[in-house]
Amino acid sequence: MKRTGAEIILDSLVAHGVHTVFGYPGGACLPLYDALYHYQDRINHILVRHEQGAAFAADGYARASGDVGVCIATSGPGVTNLVTGIAGAHMDSVPVVALTGQVPRNLLGTDGFQETDATGVMLPITKHNWLVMNAEELPRVMEEAFYIANTGRKGPVQVDVPKDVYLEEVEFDDFPPPNIPGYNPDEGMQPDPTLVRAAAEVIHGSEKPIILAGHGIHYSNAYDELLAFAEKANIPVITTLHGVSSFPESHELSFGMVGMHGNLYANWAVDRADLLISLGMRFDDRVTGRLEDFATEARIIHVDIDPAEIGKNVTTDVGIVADLKPTIRALIDEIDQLDHSPWVKQICQWREEHPSLAIRETDIVLPQWVIRQIYHITNGEAVVVTDVGQAQMWAAQHFWYDRRNTFFSSGGLGAMGYAFPAAIGVKYARPNEQVWSIIGDGGFQMTLQDLAVVKEHNVDIKIAIINNNHLGMIRQWQTLFYDSRFISARLENPDFVKLAEAYGLTGLRATSKKEVLKVLKEAAKIPGPVVLDLVVDEVEKVYPMVPAGSSLAETIEGDEVEEARYA
Amino acid sequence: MRHVIIADVEDHPGVLNRIASLFRKRAYNIESLAVGHSHRPGISRMTIVVAEDHKEAIQVTKQLDKLIEVVSVTDVTEQRHVSREMALAKIAAPEMKRTEILQLANVYRAQVVDVSPGSIILEITGDEDKIDSFVEIIRPYGILELSRTGEVAMVRGRAMPTPTMVAEEGPAA
Repeated sequence: MKRTGAEIILDSLVAHGVHTVFGYPGGACLPLYDALYHYQDRINHILVRHEQGAAFAADGYARASGDVGVCIATSGPGVTNLVTGIAGAHMDSVPVVALTGQVPRNLLGTDGFQETDATGVMLPITKHNWLVMNAEELPRVMEEAFYIANTGRKGPVQVDVPKDVYLEEVEFDDFPPPNIPGYNPDEGMQPDPTLVRAAAEVIHGSEKPIILAGHGIHYSNAYDELLAFAEKANIPVITTLHGVSSFPESHELSFGMVGMHGNLYANWAVDRADLLISLGMRFDDRVTGRLEDFATEARIIHVDIDPAEIGKNVTTDVGIVADLKPTIRALIDEIDQLDHSPWVKQICQWREEHPSLAIRETDIVLPQWVIRQIYHITNGEAVVVTDVGQAQMWAAQHFWYDRRNTFFSSGGLGAMGYAFPAAIGVKYARPNEQVWSIIGDGGFQMTLQDLAVVKEHNVDIKIAIINNNHLGMIRQWQTLFYDSRFISARLENPDFVKLAEAYGLTGLRATSKKEVLKVLKEAAKIPGPVVLDLVVDEVEKVYPMVPAGSSLAETIEGDEVEEARYA
Repeated sequence: MRHVIIADVEDHPGVLNRIASLFRKRAYNIESLAVGHSHRPGISRMTIVVAEDHKEAIQVTKQLDKLIEVVSVTDVTEQRHVSREMALAKIAAPEMKRTEILQLANVYRAQVVDVSPGSIILEITGDEDKIDSFVEIIRPYGILELSRTGEVAMVRGRAMPTPTMVAEEGPAA
């Protein structure tokens, strides 16, 4: 039958079960929107107020649902506004399909109105992208786009379509199965049994092993396997930032997060381990600290779906390129029931001596305490979305994640402004869950225009602004490493309550601990979006901390200023 | 050290851009890159020479392999292989020097491909060493222009393993 390019694209979305997309129209993609007019019963289009929000929302949707997130933007400024969100999805391996409009074919390369070399701009920050020069290619390209985005090491892809290609009518029957000679993600899925045996042997020879669980546990849905493996082998589990919520934090083998703001005892455990079993993580510099001094005593077993990650940053003893789920299963079968209780006890003792997550008793509204109250008021059942900086770290540290895949954050790119639009995407993916966007006063102001979106669609998310009137992490670094020469760290903020009200939303402010408890309870009861201006202490720092360029062994718990303040 | 990498890639517009972008992004040192059609329709073969140590060369190979349009990648440095480069050199050749230059060309089995008043163009093929050495020998006569293709390489003996899937379609528009 005859179909236009735009119709083929929308048929593809429907075929892939996409029911919510986030986008912003413009001249070059108007034909796509015109076609969307007739698909409104099947595809819900959420009009964001800036394309960056569309990319973030699609990212959040993808992470929370396990499906592909879809965002739409027009040519030129539409595409360039998507860039930050797509770069973030690329860094964090999030499956997103970005549909972008392009100037008509006859204007390509002429510096036409709203023309950008969109595939050129996106090339280094997508897993793959296409400029589709005729509608006949669209069935193949769309099929490949979803396939590439959501297989192997996942990632964002872009389909750039000139305006007249959306309108071009071609004969269309069906979507062909993907046939890409250079891309065979399935071949790496099952682990090599020889390597699994080798890994088991190394595990049997270890006295002080640590499991480092990363983002891959979520993508591979390997939660049961991780739990069973840790229990059978009796090995402590420490997570990366993206590994948070992959292993129940109330479990006796859980020791929280590693890295720049990891728990002291977790960092020490990694530093002194004789074996790291690294599952779906990539030894990011925020995880390892100074690389030369990272886990110098440890042998390393590294399992990852991406062969290029094996040996990229650290030298591996056993590298397994495979899907985590079957690999951990195979490991469970291969290992004996083990007992590492002396090692576990040792880490517990460090934890008793250096309880990194203890919160000081004080009347000051400490941000850590606020996060803990959100945990209590939601019975630990909230899904937490953060962007980057102090609020991100406190949310990772002080909310205890027992439920799977309930923490989402801009980890690799560290994009401010992620937490709010991403939370919108998360809510669309998980409408029945309590979604809390925990965000700094700086980050919130990067993408707050989407308040209009949550109002329009009554998207029930709670936006908890951890408001210290500062770019807190900037202030922290200027304090510690730039002799307290504060520049561009203090924020002259708007009245966030009035701002919420201007958008027709409920805004609640708290400036004391009592008020914090009151407004959190109130917000939790309101069946709709709420903006919470939680005014917290201005100078509180995130600890523990591995100063930039230091090793995990050099993790510091606090500083003299801090000590003096509470003395 | 030098690593010689052979990559078979889909013959699509933009492939070269992706590879160049990868090298730029990860700051790999590229010495030469030669590309042309391979024996398979729709597949081009690239020979890439990088100046990187062994660990980096492994990363280069893996990162190249991750590109969707790269069908296969092999680092042939440690394998028995032949490599050839071609160069065209335009040399200042006043009549009195011409015989001398031609004699040198003969030693290197370089071909004369153009003779003009005052200059000649020589074509030489060989491995990198041979061409380097020829260029140095001929330099005192005055090289007016030099154009080198970069190395192309091939493993000796058996055919390189090829993926089972082959592009059904020809090059895209």
